[in-house]
Amino acid sequence: MRLAHQFAFESEQVTADCIEATEFPELATEYQVYAVPRTVVNGERFIEGALPEEMFLDSILDAVQPSPS
Amino acid sequence: MSLIREQDAAEICKRLENMPTPVRLIHFTQELNVEYGRETRELLQDLTALSDKLTLEVYDFLLDKEKVADYAADKVPATIVRNGKDYGIRFYGIPAGYEFSALLDAILDVSRGTSELSEASKEKLRALSVPIHLEVLVTPT
Repeated sequence: MRLAHQFAFESEQVTADCIEATEFPELATEYQVYAVPRTVVNGERFIEGALPEEMFLDSILDAVQPSPS
Repeated sequence: MSLIREQDAAEICKRLENMPTPVRLIHFTQELNVEYGRETRELLQDLTALSDKLTLEVYDFLLDKEKVADYAADKVPATIVRNGKDYGIRFYGIPAGYEFSALLDAILDVSRGTSELSEASKEKLRALSVPIHLEVLVTPT
């Protein structure tokens, strides 16, 4: 969780919500959260599990700026 | 009765004693129909009592509509960690267990004015040109 908040701290473009899934079951259902942590990027892309810093940031960047392939 | 055990309070005090600058916790609460609404507020009150560099501002999610809009808080309970600047750091739900540690980390990062990320990560983040909203769904452990 800390990484997402660190990214928000470093960039004005990033906001990071830590959401306790069991208190917001409707959201957990909408985002199909079966295992945690599950990170949702801009409401539509998903990243599973706790990743190391570089992998997590790269996954997020890939989600918002897909490289042409 | 405090929600923070005495033994934990001593440990937390030790972590917070080196806060170089003050940090504000903005909290939106709703006591009725919200699981752990009261417990979350009490936990934050207990936490902020442990350091004179920490302040807690509590707003009613239903009544303080202007503040709710200012912070774009769309769920309750909501907790924002900020100083003079709002960095977009939010906690929704009770920050208990592992998330309590994440809250302390966020407080310390904001207080120190540094995230401890690698230079490479900071560089990538500086180059960002599109808004990114991260929602990390967790469960208390």
